[in-house]
Amino acid sequence: LFSFDLLQDALVIGVLLGCFYAAVSLGLSVAFGLLDVPHVAHPAFLVLASYAVYFLNEHFGIDPLLAGLLITPLFFMFGLIAYRLYYETFEKRGTDAGVRGIAFFFGIAFIIEVLIILQFGVDQRSVTADYVGKAWRIGDMRIPFRLLVAFAVAAALTILLTLYLSRTFMGRAIRAVAQDQEALRLMGANPIRIKQWAFGLATAVLGIAGALLIIVAPVEPTLDRTYIGRTFCVVVMAGLGSMTGTLVAGIILGVAETIVLTLFGASWAPAISFGMLLCVLAVRPQGLFGRLS
Amino acid sequence: MKRNGIFFWIGAVLFLAAALLMTQVVTNQYPFFAGYVILQFMVLSVAWSILGGYAGYVNFGTSAFFGIGVYTAVFLVKAFGAPLPVQIVVAAAIGALMGFALGLLTLRMQGIFFSIATIALTIVIETTITNWRYVGGAAGIQIQRPAVTEPFPSYVQMLFFVQALLVVLAIAISRYIQNSWIGRGLQSLRDDELAAECTGVPTLRLKLVACVISGALMCAAGAPAAMYLQYADPSSAFNLNYSVSVLAMSLIGGTAHWAGPVIGAILLGTTQQLLTVTISSEVNVLILGVMLVLFVVGAPEGIIGLVRKLRGHGGGRRA
Repeated sequence: LFSFDLLQDALVIGVLLGCFYAAVSLGLSVAFGLLDVPHVAHPAFLVLASYAVYFLNEHFGIDPLLAGLLITPLFFMFGLIAYRLYYETFEKRGTDAGVRGIAFFFGIAFIIEVLIILQFGVDQRSVTADYVGKAWRIGDMRIPFRLLVAFAVAAALTILLTLYLSRTFMGRAIRAVAQDQEALRLMGANPIRIKQWAFGLATAVLGIAGALLIIVAPVEPTLDRTYIGRTFCVVVMAGLGSMTGTLVAGIILGVAETIVLTLFGASWAPAISFGMLLCVLAVRPQGLFGRLS
Repeated sequence: MKRNGIFFWIGAVLFLAAALLMTQVVTNQYPFFAGYVILQFMVLSVAWSILGGYAGYVNFGTSAFFGIGVYTAVFLVKAFGAPLPVQIVVAAAIGALMGFALGLLTLRMQGIFFSIATIALTIVIETTITNWRYVGGAAGIQIQRPAVTEPFPSYVQMLFFVQALLVVLAIAISRYIQNSWIGRGLQSLRDDELAAECTGVPTLRLKLVACVISGALMCAAGAPAAMYLQYADPSSAFNLNYSVSVLAMSLIGGTAHWAGPVIGAILLGTTQQLLTVTISSEVNVLILGVMLVLFVVGAPEGIIGLVRKLRGHGGGRRA
């Protein structure tokens, strides 16, 4: 049952998969980690992006990654509107944002799910591109190209976002608003505008993440339910709002999932991310790279 | 207060009598099939509100409790051929234990972390059941209904009446909690847990009580579903739709009063039954999502809140 070769395979695939998990969690890391928005609809937006990419690929033959890039502005606008709505109805009134905020995003997630079903049906969908379906052989090991593509783009995306948050003026402003909103207001800046921008950015990243999602594996409308576990697991394990942490946590999850998958079979797969999430919440709620509040 | 109590119990007896009469007079099976589901959601919503409404802990694990109820019944039927009352009582006991565990979770997490943890718990339990061959695994399991029990003409009609009994039980418990010091304690910890603890409210004990009662009722409501469907499989027994439906029903009805979830469940449950028959179950979920968002944005206090506003006085009135 257990062999070194198998473990080695699992490790390599796990790391590649882990970077992909980090990429799909980046947006949530900003929205939930930095802005404290209980964005349970994040995975639903992700699946929506995948379907948008599928649509562009199927009807116009656009390369999935290019399609992902094309829909980013749209998703940016989408994010701006979503945050404005959330702010006006919950944050501004300050009434019980906890309970109703979560319910609000769950409602949105359900609406997106059903709209996708009504438009595309419940069948699995996938994209066609040169790199989907081929593999790269090193000795006995077989690494699918689609995973390599996802890995490369995910790594680039993570680095870009980390640089953006630490080097640019707006990025630093976003981190400032996460630290102390009142202080920012006293300096004469408008924290709401910054948060709206950040939320837009977090949603825009989903355009490319959604392209990766459908490149890595076929998607179906209810896929977002599995990804609630994966994305929240990564973000909470990372420590809220830490981009490096997101990458590390993504890789830990990816490796753990692949190892369990090889040893025990696919039927246990959904429990891993949620199980790890429970453990992290119970043992180390501030995450690996978290700041204690 | 006293007079209200008498009215409440007269209403409860009338409701049960009507349900019983219906099983004897109506011969068409469909009203019982549809009515059963609505009654089931009434129990689940009322039970959910004991923790989610009074204490403000948003439990997304309704489907976990419901599913465990279903599978407790499945296991008992398969292993011992246990009768329905035993299934329900054992399910309630297991639900109480699960509720206790959930209550311990509230020690370390609040707000969204608690909600996410309850979703996580649901999926972990679902996966375990999926991998448990004895109760059918991922493929599900067929269950034979026993012979009809007198005085009910059919098994579904009996289940309908049993679920009606559970509704009365759930509402009576919820109403008792709301009017007693337990309810006031839970409301105080919802508003400010630290302040409540400092003024001597035993927050942990109260949360545990709320979790145990809520969990036991949810599992009890799930137990008869195995016999109702004559079939159980993990992905539908633990479906997240139960959690979101129950959340929507409670919030749409309003969580400040025990009647809120009841109104919400009747309203949404009936709409869903009609839509499932006339259009499709997808549109059903769409309506659920849209109603949830509309109410959360437009009427945060639910129907109960709207009624109070129309009557022109604020909250705080007790029944």
